[in-house]
Parts: sequence; C-alpha cells; structure tokens
Amino acid sequence: MKYQLESKEVMSMTENALLSATNVKTSFRIGDDYYAAVDGVTLTVNNNEVVAIVGESGSGKSALAFSILGLHDRFKTNLEGEIYLNGTDLTSVSTGKLNQIRGKDIGMIFQDPLTALNPLKTIGDQIVETLNLHTKLTAKEKYERSIHLLKEVGIPRAENVHQQFPHELSGGMRQRVVIAIAIACDPALLIADEPTTALDATIQSQILDLLNELKEEKDAGIILITHDLGVVAEMADRVAVMYAGQIVELADVFSLFRNPLHPYTRSLLSSVPSVKDEKEMLHVIEGVVPSLPKMPRQGCRFKDRIPWMEDNVHEEHPELREVENGHYVRCTCYKHFYFPEEEEELAHVDTNY
Amino acid sequence: MWKFIIRRIIIMFPQLVLLSVIVFILAQMMPGDALTGMALDPDMDPAQLEAMREDLGLNDPWYIQYFSWLGGVLQGDFGQSVAHALPVSDLIWVRLVNTFWLSLMSLFFVYILALPLGLISGRWNDTIADRIITGYTYIGFAAPLFIFALIMLFVFGFQLGWFPTGGSVEANTGGGLAYFWSKVYHLILPSLSLALIGTVTTVQYLRSEVIETKQKEFILTARAKGVPEQKVYTGHVFRNSLLPIAAVFGYEIAALISGSVFVERIFSYPGMGQLFLESIQIRDFSVVTALVLLFGVAAIIGALLSDIILSIVDPRIRIK
Amino acid sequence: MSILTINNLKVHYPIRGGLFRRKIDVVRAVDGLSLELQRGETYGLVGESGSGKSTTGRSIIGLEEITEGEITFEGQNLSELRYRDRKEYYKDIQMVFQDPYSSLNPKKRVKDLIAEPIRNFENRSKEEELKRVQELLEIVGLSPEVTYKYPHEFSGGQKQRLGVARALALNPKLIIADEPVSALDVSVQAQVLNFMKKIQKDLNLTFIFISHDLGVVRHMCDRIGIMYNGRFVEEGTAEDVYENPQHIYTKRLVAAIPDIDPENRKEQAAFRRQVKEEYKETEHNYFDENGSVFDLKPVTDTHYVALP
Repeated sequence: MKYQLESKEVMSMTENALLSATNVKTSFRIGDDYYAAVDGVTLTVNNNEVVAIVGESGSGKSALAFSILGLHDRFKTNLEGEIYLNGTDLTSVSTGKLNQIRGKDIGMIFQDPLTALNPLKTIGDQIVETLNLHTKLTAKEKYERSIHLLKEVGIPRAENVHQQFPHELSGGMRQRVVIAIAIACDPALLIADEPTTALDATIQSQILDLLNELKEEKDAGIILITHDLGVVAEMADRVAVMYAGQIVELADVFSLFRNPLHPYTRSLLSSVPSVKDEKEMLHVIEGVVPSLPKMPRQGCRFKDRIPWMEDNVHEEHPELREVENGHYVRCTCYKHFYFPEEEEELAHVDTNY
Repeated sequence: MWKFIIRRIIIMFPQLVLLSVIVFILAQMMPGDALTGMALDPDMDPAQLEAMREDLGLNDPWYIQYFSWLGGVLQGDFGQSVAHALPVSDLIWVRLVNTFWLSLMSLFFVYILALPLGLISGRWNDTIADRIITGYTYIGFAAPLFIFALIMLFVFGFQLGWFPTGGSVEANTGGGLAYFWSKVYHLILPSLSLALIGTVTTVQYLRSEVIETKQKEFILTARAKGVPEQKVYTGHVFRNSLLPIAAVFGYEIAALISGSVFVERIFSYPGMGQLFLESIQIRDFSVVTALVLLFGVAAIIGALLSDIILSIVDPRIRIK
Repeated sequence: MSILTINNLKVHYPIRGGLFRRKIDVVRAVDGLSLELQRGETYGLVGESGSGKSTTGRSIIGLEEITEGEITFEGQNLSELRYRDRKEYYKDIQMVFQDPYSSLNPKKRVKDLIAEPIRNFENRSKEEELKRVQELLEIVGLSPEVTYKYPHEFSGGQKQRLGVARALALNPKLIIADEPVSALDVSVQAQVLNFMKKIQKDLNLTFIFISHDLGVVRHMCDRIGIMYNGRFVEEGTAEDVYENPQHIYTKRLVAAIPDIDPENRKEQAAFRRQVKEEYKETEHNYFDENGSVFDLKPVTDTHYVALP
C-alpha cells in the first residue's frame, strides 16, 4: 500500500527519466535468513544529471549501485522492485541481455584503481575487451578507439600507456583508465562508487572535473556514491542521503546544503571538519551504524542514534514525503530535531529551526 | 626479464657449490674410498696400495681432493661402484632415463588431474562437486604414498591384471613403436599412483587461488563491462590463478623425484629411486653419493625453472 | 624550549638495478627537512602520497634509517645515542597508525595489546599492569569491561581508541598520528578527532598529525607544514597556509579542497582554473633547475615559504 503510493508520486515526477528505480529491495543471505541492505529505495536519474548517494558504510549505498548492475551473487541475494533503464527492467532481464547492457549502457567506476584493473593484462587489452563485447569494430578501429579514449580521459602518451600494465601507472592514471573503460561504449549511465576516495586531493579534483566534462559532453546520467560531503557539494545536482538501507532525505544539492532537514543529514554535516569555520569540537553521532542483522526494521531507523528525542516525534511507519518542491524527507522527527549541544539555547523545543 | 633470468642463473652457482661441498663431506664421512671399489686382490701389498693412494691423490688435503672430485663429477665421472664393479655414471645413466620418463609422465598426470579439479572446486566452491573434490584431497593428504601405491599395484596389477606389475619395458619387444608403447604401458600405473597422491597439493592450491581471485575487484570490473560469466572465468580468473601454480611447477619436479623412491621400489621400476634404496642396503656408497648429488641438482634446477616460468608469465616481474 | 628539533633530515632509499643489483640511484623520500616543535602544540604534516610525510614520522620514532641530519628530542640528539640508550627516549615518543583494523593483532586480547609496551619497558606486577590498562581504557573512553575482549569485537572508532590507549601506555610526551582517521567514516572520524583533541589538552601532549586531508588538519592543528618531494614548500600557522598560501603547490592543494557549500561551486571552479593557469605559467619559478624545492624563506614571523 505504502509502496504503491510512493511509486505513483515518483512516476508523475519523472516521466522520462533515464533510470528509474522503484521500491528496490536487495536482501543478502546471512545464515538461513535474508536481510535487506537496500530496503525500498525509489530513485530516478536523468540525462546530464549527477545524483549523489551519500551515507556511511553500512548505509546500503554501494549495495544499491550493485543492484542496478546486477553485480550481486545471485545465490546469496534477493532482489525485488523495478529498475528501468530506457524502458528495460534490469531486474527481470536474462543474464545474456544484462551482459549486453553492462558496459554498453551502464559504465561502472570503482573505488580503488589499484585493484580494479587486471594486473596481468595490458591497459589496451582491458579497454578493447569492452569494445569486443559491445561493438563490431575492426581490430584497427578498436585500437584507434581505445587510444582516443585514453586521450579523452587525459592520459598523456596514450600509445605507450596502451601497451603498459596497470602496475606501471600511478593511482590517478589508473583511475583514468578505469574511467576510460567505463565510458568506452558511451554509456547513458555512469555509476561511480567512491571514485576519488583512494586518491590525493589534487588528483581528486582532476577526476571530478573529468566526470563533469563527461556528463556535459555525453549527456550522461551519473550516480555518484560517496561519503565525502565536500565531493557532493561540488559535483551533485541532486542528493539522496541513505541510512540503514533507506533514503532518508532527497533534494537538489542547493536545498540540501542550505536547508538540511533530516537529523541524519544534519548530523553528518556537522561532523565534518571544515576548512572554513573553526569549531572546537565536532558533532559526534551517538552509537554506530547497525549491522545488517541488527538493523531496525520498524519505525524510524535513525531513532537509536538520537536517543534524546522523545519517542512520539517519530512516525510509526516513516515515509519519504515531499515537504518542499523536490525536497523529500523521511519521518516527522526532523520537525523537532535539535542537537543536544543546542539544548540550552533552545528553550522551546518545537521550533521551526 | 633477461636480466632477471641471468641473475637467477648466477645465484644458482653458489647453491650448486654448497650442495657439492655438502655431498663431498658426506662422501668423505662414509667408509671406503675409490680403491675399495676396485675389487682389488686381497693379497695386495699394503705398501703398494698406499702408493696407489698417493698416486690417486687420496692422501692430499681435502680441498685438493674436493677439486679433483669436482673435476671428475663435471666430466661425468662419479667413481666406481663397489657392488656392480662398474663406473657409477654408467650405472646411473640407464636409471636416470627411466626416472626421467616416470617423472615426466607423473607430471603430466598431476596437471591433467589438478587443473580441472582445482578450477571446478574453486569456481563452484561449497557445492557438492567441490565437497567431493576436497574430500579426495584430504584422503590424498592422509594416505601414505607407499601404501596407496601398494593398493594400486594389488588391484590393477595383480587382481585385475590391467597393467604390468614390474619393470620398465617388456623383454624382447624389439624396437620402434612397440618398444615405445611397452614403455608407456609400464609407466602408467606407477606414475598414476604418484600423481593421484602428488596432485592434491596442487588441487588445493589452485582451488584457494581461484576462490581468492574471483573475489578480486578487477573481476567485478570485468562483470561490469558485460563479460559473460564463462569468459570471466576463462579470461580473468583462471589465468590469474594459474600464475602461482606455474611458480610451483619446478618444486613439483623435486617432490616427484623424492616420491619416486617409494613408487619405483613398489613397482620394481628400474629407476634412480630404486637404485638409491638398493645402494643404501648394500652400502654402495659411491652410488649413493652420486644420487644424492643428482637429486640435489634436480631440486635446484626445479627452483630455477619455477622462477624463470614466473618471470615469463608475470608482467610485474617481466618488465623489470 | 622546543621538545623536538629536526635538522636537515634526509632519508634516501637506494634503487638497485643492473645485473648485480648495485645501487644505481636513490629515492629521496625526505630530502633536507627541518622542523621545530613546541611542547603542547599540534603540528600538521601535510602532503600527497609520496611526499615523504609518513617517512618523516617514522624517522622520528626510529623506524627509518636516517641518511643525514639530526633529530633532537628534549635536547638530546637521538642519532648520537647507541641503540640501547635511544630506547629510553623512544618511550616518550609513540605512534598511532592509520588502519585500526590491521594495526592490532587480532589474536590478542585488549589487555595484552595495551600492556605490550608496558611489558617492554617497565617491570610491573600483574595487578599493577591490569590497573594501568584499565586506567588507559578510561582515558580513551572505553569501559574497563572490554579488558578481556578481542579487537574484532570493536567498531572502527573504538579500535582506533585502543590504538591510542596503547600509544599512551608509557605516558609519552610526543604522539605521532599517521593518518589516524583516514580509514574511518565521517561520524566515527569526528569521534576520534574530538577525543584526540581532548587527551591532548588533558595530558598536555605534543602531536604530530600526518594527513592528506586538509579539512582534518585545519581542524586539528596549530601549525602546518606542507611537504612536496621530501621537502617543505610552505610552513606556517593554519591561517597562514589556508588563507594566504604563497607557494604554487600549496595554492593548488588548497584549491583542490572541495568546498562544502554548493553555492560557491562556480567561484570555486573559477578559482581552481585560475590556480591551474598560474601553475602552468609560474611553476618554473618555484622549483630550481633540477625540479627541487627551494629552501624555506621567512615571509612573516610564522610563515615560511620555499622561494628562490
């Protein structure tokens, strides 16, 4: 009942989205039971748009990305819901068809360029492998295309690099190669899973610039998975904040940073040390992200992390509701939320903040 | 790569020298010397014997003796066998050829068995097929080779009579193809016994390599590219898992040679292993010394082979 | 008096090559670094991978062989001492490592992990040792009940606290923290950073904070040194470095920090482009003909920049 409501809302909002995921529920088998790591996520991505998915480890953000590509081990995973990419439901296509979509319509960029490339194959071979699978180019054309791709991602001396092995390149160069592989067939959707976490700051900004260029040039949609709010602020058009398998807040990037609503979003933002303002102490979110089997399935999942809030501020069945144009929040607790540090300052609890 | 190989070969020389010194010292500690082996007239004058000793340099300081011994060894002269009254080298040569074929055949069986078993149980780990294969490897680890070989001999040699129970070739087979087939026929049972036990290490090793490799992130990259499952394995997992297997190839040879000592004995196969046991029993020390030296050399060359193979297949070493 | 003085520190690793693996060249991991640390301050050592910041940290606690230069701790030149005498000083300098998951032996209980340095340096009875361990656990905000647990029973932030408890076991005066929060989630990171600030004040510790995260360093440190290719390109107070970077490399680094406010996105991008242009045009002014960094020259009392 609840799910149907949500999906209708979203359908009307994004008729012609590039990717539209509806009520995605990804459950992993632990022992004899299945536990949902992604629990009813509805999300759309448009062309020429970066949607950032933010959350800490254990929030389900990577599990969601893997679900889109069907990368989870089928024997240990249960995938429910619908994920439409250009009119094809990725959750119900055959493996063969899925393999045609992977790498061609969806490109994936992984976190660690050190391990994302096969150490025993040349850079060229690894790019050409994608072209072999999805194009009918001749060997010469494939070679030229792969050189072109290496140049496109800003690799100098592409002809040399083409014949080199991954260990001969620096981390930043390897990540460029990973991106070159991901964009080899001009995919409509790019999924970048923490693409800059393993890189130095100056390299990070170069890679982010590159992703931005690709978005513009290829009119691609990008799902950017990250825990780094700075990267989100720089890159994203829209942001989905995930906690315990659910989206707790969804908004365009400006609204989200100007007016963060959900307690989790606000906690995250105030726990980041900033270059700009001098806070003596950072905000610490109480407790830890619950492990999959211990994840609360009833009520507000963030409740345990803000124990100073009274029980009645939470909804019994928290839903993601649109509170402003395009700004969605789950649970009503955001209306009452305050930081314990602020308690003294706030005489009246029910402030509009 | 060439630099690596050359450097590796250079490293081998001190190893060989050390081996030869150890073997020489062992030989010196054994009773008897070169003259004892010549089946001399017992009535010989001790003074004359001493003169001969002097003549042969047996009274020289040890290092001079060592170098003259080494000089002989390098020319293939291992001295005389007491028991057989033959030059040791002649005695060993025939056996060496036999053992070489036995090892080669065993090696062939080891990999013919290990590759599919290891790859299957690694790819489909924790399935029934995997459990059966790992079950087999546990038995292989537990079963002593000499008992297993005896059972093989009893069942397939004596009870079923499918294979010969001894020797390396049928007498009077003539030459040519018939001779060759007879050789192979005699090799099958001993080499298979050796391989069935010897392969389990490789199977387990390969299995864990495959399981480890298939969890690597570049496998995810391959899947995300749209590489079909079968090709993920043939193109990425297997190749990367075989690399460390290639590296133990040379050590496998050394292991097989030591295993052949039992197997040759049980199947009365006239190889170096059998000769080794015989020579120990009849205290034919010059033969024992020569064999120890040869086994040692085989082990060193095996290790060399391993490193060279690795340097060829692994680009991370190849480039340097 | 300064607690630690580093004078012209060089750590070079040989590169071997050719048939006989002779030394054909050296990697200059640290190449002439000088530093003076006041008691009670937090010094940030910043740089990208390969800048030599970790090597510098490791040299101070004696984990690296020093090619040249002196490290003076509390007036004593450590490199002049024999190994046995040096050990006494190393008691006072402790290190916290990056990865709390791998720097704790999974097979040891908390009690043994934390007591290890105590056992190495001090002779205490079992009861005294236990008492000290529980004291330390309290300092880092863990309950004494965890004494007999194993590392895997802790979350990442708690493990990093254990790492700190172990570093504190011998009442050190100087703590070198090498990327202590890089492996942690933001909320856990906040926890560890807060707590490190607290113990620093409470115990009057001197900190060297090694990190590539400029936001974290800004939050934690009084003074900052920016390293590039084994040398300082710039040194000064946090304000000097962030608000008024002088060296082109520092500028690039500061420009690369993502701005947490999306409203500034355009200016930030423009700023970054401008710095990139400036870098292209003026890079050669900041490095000598071999591409090395110049020696530091004072710009103000606190602010030093490597200029020709």
